[in-house]
Amino acid sequence: MEPILEVDDLRVYYKSIWGDYKSVDGVSVKAYRNEVLSIAGESGCGKSTLVEGILRLVKPPGYIPTGKVIFEGIDILRVPEEELRRIRWSKLAYVPQGAMNSLNPVIKVEEQMVDAIIDHSGMDKEKAKEVALAMLKEVGLPVEVANMYPHQLSGGMKQRVIIATAIALKPNLVIADEPTTALDVVVQRGILQLLRMLKENYHMTVIMVSHDMAAHAQIADRIAIMYAGKIVEVGLINQVFKEPLHPYTKGLISAIPAIGKKYVKGIPGLAPSPLNWPSGCRFHPRCQHATELCVKVEPSIREVERERFVACHLYG
Amino acid sequence: MDQPLLELRNVSREFKVGGGLGLFSRRIIKAVDAVSFSMPSKPWITALIGESGSGKTTIARMILGLLPPTSGEILYRGRKVSEWIKKNKMEYYREVQPIFQDPYSIYNPFYRVDRVLEIAIKKFKLASSREEARGLIIKAMEDIGLRPEDLLGRYPHQLSGGERQRFMLTRILLIKPRLIVADEPISMIDVSLRAIFLDHLLSFKEKHGISCLYISHDLHTASYLADNIVILCYGRIVEEGPKNHVIEDPLHPYTKLLISSIPIPDPKRRWIDKIDLRSVESLRKFRMEKGCVFSARCPYVMEKCLSETPQLKSISLERKVACHLY
Repeated sequence: MEPILEVDDLRVYYKSIWGDYKSVDGVSVKAYRNEVLSIAGESGCGKSTLVEGILRLVKPPGYIPTGKVIFEGIDILRVPEEELRRIRWSKLAYVPQGAMNSLNPVIKVEEQMVDAIIDHSGMDKEKAKEVALAMLKEVGLPVEVANMYPHQLSGGMKQRVIIATAIALKPNLVIADEPTTALDVVVQRGILQLLRMLKENYHMTVIMVSHDMAAHAQIADRIAIMYAGKIVEVGLINQVFKEPLHPYTKGLISAIPAIGKKYVKGIPGLAPSPLNWPSGCRFHPRCQHATELCVKVEPSIREVERERFVACHLYG
Repeated sequence: MDQPLLELRNVSREFKVGGGLGLFSRRIIKAVDAVSFSMPSKPWITALIGESGSGKTTIARMILGLLPPTSGEILYRGRKVSEWIKKNKMEYYREVQPIFQDPYSIYNPFYRVDRVLEIAIKKFKLASSREEARGLIIKAMEDIGLRPEDLLGRYPHQLSGGERQRFMLTRILLIKPRLIVADEPISMIDVSLRAIFLDHLLSFKEKHGISCLYISHDLHTASYLADNIVILCYGRIVEEGPKNHVIEDPLHPYTKLLISSIPIPDPKRRWIDKIDLRSVESLRKFRMEKGCVFSARCPYVMEKCLSETPQLKSISLERKVACHLY
């Protein structure tokens, strides 16, 4: 499997008067061509910041002290701004969290899509319009939507307009941050189906960031679990759900309420602060298997079997 | 049959929208349309399920006396809520307490969080001295699994969303109402802590006999928590019944769509069929004057569904559905 994106020891910190918020603190992860990779974790674990780091969208007081992001052989964190602009959208598309609320309320859907397409591709207006309409159809929206204003659409429809725009130039990689949050369950299903379709019909790579484990279970090929600014476990989705290794992953999976499930267990304790991560393993204050070693030494992420990575002292 | 704890009889609520520029003539939206359901007097959890815009929050606000219904009546222990509010307001809120979606908005950011509990104690005269009040607070916090020494004396912004929401549970435990109206109470809590929150609601019911109207869009948690489920669609009840029946054998096409759309947290049980993306939502923003509210998205739509509004009918001892198919 050929990686399309390689992230190596990426750190994203935010300066503050109390010190640095180490939101992303040494993440290494790969995305392969033509896969759906899920990044899961709770609020505050650094998922969205990781995506901003990968896309070089971190703004002051945020900064990237170390790390490497290689996308199709290009060093994203070091290429000139000009070149990065060319890559974004045409090769690497991003659907930020809450993007559906960022549509311009006074411009019709078609015009917004056409502007974005022309801006990033150099297509002429006629062609761009053709692409925009084809894309709307692709995401299952009626053509009338092109002539409507965002406020005339529901949240799910706006989200589909955003996805249609993001994929209009057939990028190789689409990163979607919490694409189903705040949408109704039926609409959620539609959006998840759409993301899966990007892989199956267009052979795109999709990275979906979400706190919703059930959504990941439905569409992901592989999943990476994030906790306290780090990735603690990576594996094929079937394996991770069948036999989670890291105690945090175990907790996360047992905390999913499901129909017909009698007992749902939560993970006691609270998520730590990025200002002051716990010593050793960052999960140790909430972990029932914690030993002295866990308090003192931070476990590094290791491949315990093929395509199975975990950062936990329980596994050597 | 005994007297229901809470009963809604044909409750409707309309809102006027538009006007001004003349884009739309002033129109009336029926946010809640002839809704009737009841909760028994024994400790009980009813889940009221609906998507955004289904009228869930409007119903919660009406039960809490924050909004009068346009027509119909809401009875609490056989007496109209409006009467309770007018004559025995404190008594009503002693028995009926809310938990809101955003636990931040109920705190005053300038006061320490303790105040929320102290006010409750004072208002409802739960303690006769400061020491007694302190003791009650500490006991209640410990019952909820919060450490008093960590949280008391802090300001709202220093607490996480989950802590703030559990702090609200402490308040409930102090007041010990008979009914909690919880409107999307867990949507701002982290996944790993949601289960703990729901378990508290269950133990309130079992240990303290506190009933709950659990209002949510989420059938997963409803199936975990509730005794019976009421499904709302665009302001109307389309189905009602005991939890297991509704989840395992949904009758209304809307309930079927909802249940089949819940992602199963198991990669081995993925959706096999694709849903038609066009049926997910309809462009129609306003409700029809007549006919079934779900007709625009319903795969089984018949001519009758467009002309005649189906009424909620009992089809067995405990189950009700509003659909011309039955």
